[in-house]
Amino acid sequence: MTAVISERPDVRPVADPADPTAHLSDADIENIGKELDALREQVIASRGERDAAYIRRVIEAQRKLELGSRAVLLFSLFPPAWLAGTAGLSIAKILENMEIGHNIMHGQWDWMRDPKIHSTTWEWDNVSPSDQWKHSHNQIHHTYTNVIGKDNDLGYGIMRVSSDQKWYPFYLGQPLWNFVNACFFEFGIAAYDLELGKNLQAGRRDDPDFRRRAKQVLRKIRRQATKDYVVHPLLSGPSALHTLTANFTANLVRNLWTHSVIMCGHFPYGVDTFERSSIVGETRGQWYLRQMLGSANISGSPFMHLMTGNLSHQIEHHLFPDLPSNRYGEIAPKVRDLFERYQLNYVTGPLPKQVASAWRKIFLLSLPNNAVEQVERAIDGFPPAKLLRGLFNRVRPA
Amino acid sequence: MAVLTGPTRGAFASLRARAARIAEFVTTPVLPSDYLDMISPLRASADLRGRIEEIHPETSDAVTLVIRPGGGWRGHVPGQYVRIGVDVDGVRQWRAYSLTSRADSTDGRISVTVKAMPDGVVSNYLVRRARPDTLIQLDQAKGDFTLPSPRPGKALFLTAGSGITPVMGMLRNAVTELDDVVVVHSAPRSSDVIFGGELRQLAATRQIRLVERHTDVEGMLDLAELDGIVADWAERETWACGPTGLLDAAEQRWSDAGVVDQLHTERFRPSVIVTGEGGQVTFSKTDTTVDADGATPLLDTGERAGVLMPSGCRMGICFGCVAPLRDGAVRDLRNGEITMAAPGDGVLIQTCVSAAAGTCDIEL
Repeated sequence: MTAVISERPDVRPVADPADPTAHLSDADIENIGKELDALREQVIASRGERDAAYIRRVIEAQRKLELGSRAVLLFSLFPPAWLAGTAGLSIAKILENMEIGHNIMHGQWDWMRDPKIHSTTWEWDNVSPSDQWKHSHNQIHHTYTNVIGKDNDLGYGIMRVSSDQKWYPFYLGQPLWNFVNACFFEFGIAAYDLELGKNLQAGRRDDPDFRRRAKQVLRKIRRQATKDYVVHPLLSGPSALHTLTANFTANLVRNLWTHSVIMCGHFPYGVDTFERSSIVGETRGQWYLRQMLGSANISGSPFMHLMTGNLSHQIEHHLFPDLPSNRYGEIAPKVRDLFERYQLNYVTGPLPKQVASAWRKIFLLSLPNNAVEQVERAIDGFPPAKLLRGLFNRVRPA
Repeated sequence: MAVLTGPTRGAFASLRARAARIAEFVTTPVLPSDYLDMISPLRASADLRGRIEEIHPETSDAVTLVIRPGGGWRGHVPGQYVRIGVDVDGVRQWRAYSLTSRADSTDGRISVTVKAMPDGVVSNYLVRRARPDTLIQLDQAKGDFTLPSPRPGKALFLTAGSGITPVMGMLRNAVTELDDVVVVHSAPRSSDVIFGGELRQLAATRQIRLVERHTDVEGMLDLAELDGIVADWAERETWACGPTGLLDAAEQRWSDAGVVDQLHTERFRPSVIVTGEGGQVTFSKTDTTVDADGATPLLDTGERAGVLMPSGCRMGICFGCVAPLRDGAVRDLRNGEITMAAPGDGVLIQTCVSAAAGTCDIEL
């Protein structure tokens, strides 16, 4: 992905009065690129046994947790078993999708040359087939991050998440669309990898390539559903129904969690979006800069970082999508220092604050721009909102 | 014990296959074997692996690894090699090593003997850093550097350095079946001779005639001297293994004497003759395009570009790295030969000894 970028000179983020990069010269931007390239080389040069052991450990732990949880769920008739099994399975599914699946499919572990842990062979516990996800995610989203009209992740084609996006009455319902999308996020991802909205229009529906990919998705959905809603319940005998609800709950929890983490990556306040024209002839330094300004982190404990698949280090991930995820936290202080030296805004905050910030944007931008300001003023004048903000500011690390 | 008859065994097999399919519905998207690998990586149905159980030093820079192969191991013929995949600094590396164990060992273990090469990533790891209990990847034994049946009446083994390893595999298994054996082996000093004690013992008990050449003292063996060392060499079926220089000289000498069909060689490294002009290489399945020079094997080019390249001995003998060349031209680094393919041909090339000789498209 990154290799494509180097042939584009002269990019500017969307020219608006508060251009966060106005103080940077072209030389500054290219120096940022050089520093980040050097950081990348440092990590690549030191990749080794420790990293390989890390991902193998996570995979092994995830498999044991999933196996253990599913075993406990064979007795899900008993409420404690249902609770423990559902909690364990939820965590296992989250680990599988985030720290393991997402990152392996990014090629973060290809350097190990282990065919079992390789982007070309991995299939994940999600209804979107890995091939389709890799195309829409690795190629489109990571290359065109936050470019309006190019990056479909930006509102997933159903939402308006930047005031630079044009408003339509359809967006009035976007808080609801977003909630529904969160609950069934894996299906949202599959639909979006299929570009369902575009492809269901007349004339495109019969495209053989689309039909082939749609068939592939349906097959994957069938396998996934058979496993969670038929095979495992049947294995549970008298606990069948309870196992079914447990598996449904685990999928729901995984969907809500991953959706929240993904929202925090690009939607919170302080994250910039870019015009299509602005990336024409983008240099490597400018591509890096767009990734820096177009992503937001989540602060928290090591366990939190693991559960987000280290997408809590979204900025570092977007700068270096194919570096091993266990390294993002290690390089984060250096990246943050770079932001500070070039007076750029490193957007980060605890999960509740970032989720609230993203949701706030989704509510507000459901309205046309002229209405947004009025509502914003009204909300900010509302005492409970002040209280909440104070609370978030207090939990935010120094 | 009851013996399963044909139909019953067939019924069991189909039952097993059906059970395996059902198990896949339980574990999808991963396979049941992914879980079983955590518990029993050496079971017969798993990908072939082995566990290093013992490591014995042979010389200051060579060790013998005693390996317990997985249940799927099909045995070997003495003189053959096995490809071994080990994770060095987190990266899986495949190399081929000659088997030195008895083919009928009662404990089912196999052994290979590894000499640390200068800058050898895997050999240095195995000699200096590997520890017993390490799990490694294996492939089935391969190679035709073996003794024929019936055994030859007179045999000559011409070896140098670690080239003694396949020969030791043959001697340990078949020395009693060979009536007249001469081993001419070169090593820098007496202490560098791998299996020195065992070879000298075989010589002391008159099972072989051993000629050691200590090159630090006596200089490199010149095959012109061969008449003085083994007068009847041209009457002997000969197996030669060692550095390229020795093997090239042997091929020349045996051809000149008109007995090249009695010479069997095993090469450890490709000898690079011609370097070409290189070109743009596309790995079409992974959608990766890079520029390659004419001296770098496509295997290295692909690995550096992050393509999952099948690989093996990295010296052109094992064909573990073979991939279809869909389009373009490559040059064989050993002899300069050009191989060309047009779309649809799907010519298989060995990526470890082939370099780009123009634009090419590899199906990987």
